Amino acid sequence: MTDFEPRIVAFLCNWCTYTASDLAGTSRIQYPPNVRIIRLMCSGQLDPIYVAKAVLEGADGVLIGGCHPGDCHYQSGNYKARRRVAIIHQVLEQLGFDPDRVWLRWISASEGQYFADTVTEMVAALKEKGPSPFRRQWSV
Amino acid sequence: MDGWLEVHDSTEQTINRLLETLLTSGVVDGLLVPLRTPDGRNAVPTLVRDPALLERAAPLAPVLPVNGATVLGRITATGAPGRVGAVLRNCELRTAVELSKVQQVLLDDVLLIGMDCLGAYGVEDYARLVEEGLDAVTPALMAAREGGVEPLPGYAFRPACTMCERPIPGVGESYAPHIAIGLLGVPNDERLWVSLRDEELGEALGLEPAEEPAGRIEAVRALVAARTAERDRRFAAFHERVHDASSLLAEFATCILCQNCMRVCPICYCKECIFRTDVFDHPSARYWDWAARKGGVRLPSDTLLFHVTRMLHMAHACVGCGMCSDACPSGIPVADIFRTVGRAVQARFGYVPGRDPAEEMVIATFREDELRELGER
Repeated sequence: MTDFEPRIVAFLCNWCTYTASDLAGTSRIQYPPNVRIIRLMCSGQLDPIYVAKAVLEGADGVLIGGCHPGDCHYQSGNYKARRRVAIIHQVLEQLGFDPDRVWLRWISASEGQYFADTVTEMVAALKEKGPSPFRRQWSV
Repeated sequence: MDGWLEVHDSTEQTINRLLETLLTSGVVDGLLVPLRTPDGRNAVPTLVRDPALLERAAPLAPVLPVNGATVLGRITATGAPGRVGAVLRNCELRTAVELSKVQQVLLDDVLLIGMDCLGAYGVEDYARLVEEGLDAVTPALMAAREGGVEPLPGYAFRPACTMCERPIPGVGESYAPHIAIGLLGVPNDERLWVSLRDEELGEALGLEPAEEPAGRIEAVRALVAARTAERDRRFAAFHERVHDASSLLAEFATCILCQNCMRVCPICYCKECIFRTDVFDHPSARYWDWAARKGGVRLPSDTLLFHVTRMLHMAHACVGCGMCSDACPSGIPVADIFRTVGRAVQARFGYVPGRDPAEEMVIATFREDELRELGER
């Protein structure tokens, strides 16, 4: 398992976590290159279907990033995202899929270091877990 | 107001006369009630305006060709020109409550008429027993007098019915229909147990006020307990079968992606569904890429995604009516799956679909002070 490199699909909100990832880059903070970022205008824009698609296609982890509670650019998008993530966790767990492969993190625009730390932490956790059971499933 | 309604002729005729009274006295302007089809092999929800048609009414026919709440939506959602009395099973009542939260049913001008549900057969089974000349209603009523709800010998109820722990209107809900007709644990060949929301209607219907008989309370409790046990057995059986990626794929291996489960699901009400668009018609080369990555790709693609997405979108509001299982040509126990997953989601939010029209749907709202452990390290 030592040469296993997890693939993470990250859905980041434009105003906070995406900006944090940008800050991590411009600040030249090092973090593992295992994350594929998809920018959304708001975490509340994330339809759970995209998380399901990533999981079933074999992504080893999904990271959802939004503004801290109370800081949403659109007032309440992150609260809605939080409910959806709770639903995603319940559904995945019931279907026998480790819900801890789907992470929600509040990371503000100024927290470039925290973004890098989160990705580092997630990559380590996923290496521990091993590849997604859907990685090699052709019959999804 | 609760009390007895005397039975003249037969139980079904007594109920039909009650319906006729509602229509002819102007309490309602129309009735949504199952009528026997001309060949008699089905009983289908019909919007009735002419009382003469009520001679075909079959409120007790144990068949559920469509979730009545779906059709109640058709005749109310964009404004009903009159008041409709809707005769619904309790699963349909719960569905109507859910749909009212998303303005797909307008309950303002609906007089809800519920009845103890004595179980229902699939449409094929019901047609077959009619063809065989069997009477499904009389034995069911006879058993109900003693507190029993059993299918005819050689027949089985719809799977969802066997695990339905909320078959009695108003029991386990925080609201009751305007009229609830009790058949279980009462001498239903002599009198029916009727609960009404408002007093005036009681006088119009000639109700004799009384206390709920102890035998009925006990029969309801026993039925709910037995159904709850069967429900939990099915939940456990699902988890026994499905516990990882391979077993999940096995559960849906026979799916032909006809999307019938979605079509008949009353909760899946969206007029524009992503699965009815060309979003999943990918450029040809994409399939080849996927096949290269995983060695092969099942076609049509995204079969499991269809089911998982439906769970993510609607399991929080699943009332367990079981139309999905009825509609599956491959015999996948869709209702068992959705009820199991649904219950976990609902429990997370303390939400019970169909319990209360004032309760907000899980994904239609949020609270600032909830789920604090999510999003933090």
